[in-house]
Amino acid sequence: MSSILFGRYLPLNSIVHRLDPRAKLLLSFFYIVLVFMANSLWSYVILIVMTLGAILASKINLGFFLKGIRPLLWLIIFTVVVQMLFSPVGGHTYFHWAFLRVTTLGIITSGVIAIRFLLIIMTSTLLTLTTQPLDIATGLASLMAPLRWVKVPVDTLAMMLSIALRFVPTLMDEAVKIMNAQRARGVDFGEGNLFKQAHSLIPLMIPLFMSAFNRAEDLSIAMEARGYQDSEHRSQYRILTWHHRDTVTWLIFLIGFAAILVFRRW
Amino acid sequence: MAITFEHVDFTYQAGTPMANPALTDISFSAPDNCFLALIGHTGSGKSTLIQQINALLKPTAGKITIDDFTITPKTTNADLKPLRRHVGMVFQFPESQLFAETVRQDIAFGPQNFGMSETDALALADQMLETVGLKAEYADRSPFELSGGQMRRVAIAGVLAMQPQVLILDEPTAGLDPQGRQEMMSLFGRLHREQGLSIILVTHQMEDVAQYAEQVAVMRQGRLVKYGSTREIFSDPQWLFENQLEEPIAAQFAQGLSRRGMTWASLPLTAEELADQLASRWPKGGQADV
Repeated sequence: MSSILFGRYLPLNSIVHRLDPRAKLLLSFFYIVLVFMANSLWSYVILIVMTLGAILASKINLGFFLKGIRPLLWLIIFTVVVQMLFSPVGGHTYFHWAFLRVTTLGIITSGVIAIRFLLIIMTSTLLTLTTQPLDIATGLASLMAPLRWVKVPVDTLAMMLSIALRFVPTLMDEAVKIMNAQRARGVDFGEGNLFKQAHSLIPLMIPLFMSAFNRAEDLSIAMEARGYQDSEHRSQYRILTWHHRDTVTWLIFLIGFAAILVFRRW
Repeated sequence: MAITFEHVDFTYQAGTPMANPALTDISFSAPDNCFLALIGHTGSGKSTLIQQINALLKPTAGKITIDDFTITPKTTNADLKPLRRHVGMVFQFPESQLFAETVRQDIAFGPQNFGMSETDALALADQMLETVGLKAEYADRSPFELSGGQMRRVAIAGVLAMQPQVLILDEPTAGLDPQGRQEMMSLFGRLHREQGLSIILVTHQMEDVAQYAEQVAVMRQGRLVKYGSTREIFSDPQWLFENQLEEPIAAQFAQGLSRRGMTWASLPLTAEELADQLASRWPKGGQADV
């Protein structure tokens, strides 16, 4: 579990880390859209070059990065196999049993899906590795700002999101502590049959919920004691500023995106 | 159970860019039936060290021997479960481990995990409740209805119910009121004296160290910088000062008197020793102006 990198932040000092979170969020979004639009060999080559370039620019060790993705490999393999067996029939048939058949078309589509899957995982992992959770929340709030006009409580949503993200590591620490305490009392987590494993979660989940509720109560009291009101227009501590490097990054990616659209089979 | 550390290193998240060395070259040997206090600054590695003793963390290098058990980086988890039965661990704020419907069931949880029958475990739970000084009527209550101090006692009873031979205590009195603290410490002292339990106590309370501990280990930045008897450790005020450790209040008071010309047979470490030595100077039956 702990070897999965997705969702973790790796504090380094690189251009990718310093980019405006809004720039990174939007780029990741459009990148994923383009991953689904790409359909020719060259468009995939460009996508792969863009991803590898971004990882290199982030100064994250490529081996470390790939090792962090490896646990997700089983998910990809599973999807690929299912896709291969159930995809529409086309081209030469290599294998045939009942309603399952492996054909040329099936192999190609499952290969495409594997690449798409990998690219999306790599990009979103890179996003969380280089952006602090609170910056992601601030960036999202800032991008959602126009929704205020249709009476969406953007500030409240942003506050909820940042509190939730802020407490993820706290609750993880708490979970580790409680697990250790219960292991010291003879619980074997992750051993035995499924029923036994589910049963061993009770001594973990109940204290964890208790502590989460207690924390929520303490936090709400602390916020109210300092005069938090959710309706008022609130100022922000973290203010995002758009720099030249964000514009330049966007231009580079726009060229890449345009190239993909050009090389795409329409 | 005698505990021996031989050149133990430990690194958190070893082999990643987040690698963080927490223990470096720890070697010491604590005799059977010891009362060892582990002192040092926050972040000096005390909590990491004690988690090695019941193998919640395994060393990245070196070897730990606890009676017949040996822990090396290669030891598997299956070999360690019997060890955990013999080494009871009371974490900081242990009340966060409570989960069962009743106090009795929670205390009986540990022994049942180690194979004791339910009937025996529940009977043992009632006995342990008494040991930690809670009335029998609490047994059928939900642990979440109790006060903080009572929850702490229930959690400690839950560890004692496993009938360990070594008891590790990580700041067991943090957040308790003075009376609760005293009762808790005298409970541990009693278990040590009467049942021969080896105790390893992590604490910042030098008074507790002076009063209860027989050996003291001082940690600093992941290294064991001094190991010796309680009297040896507290006999060098200059060294303690340089390591930002305090002496017990009684010793500080005695040294204040030394500066005014008083001499001591041996430096008093506890309030009782101080009082005894002072009382012996007064003429019998006489009265002194204080």
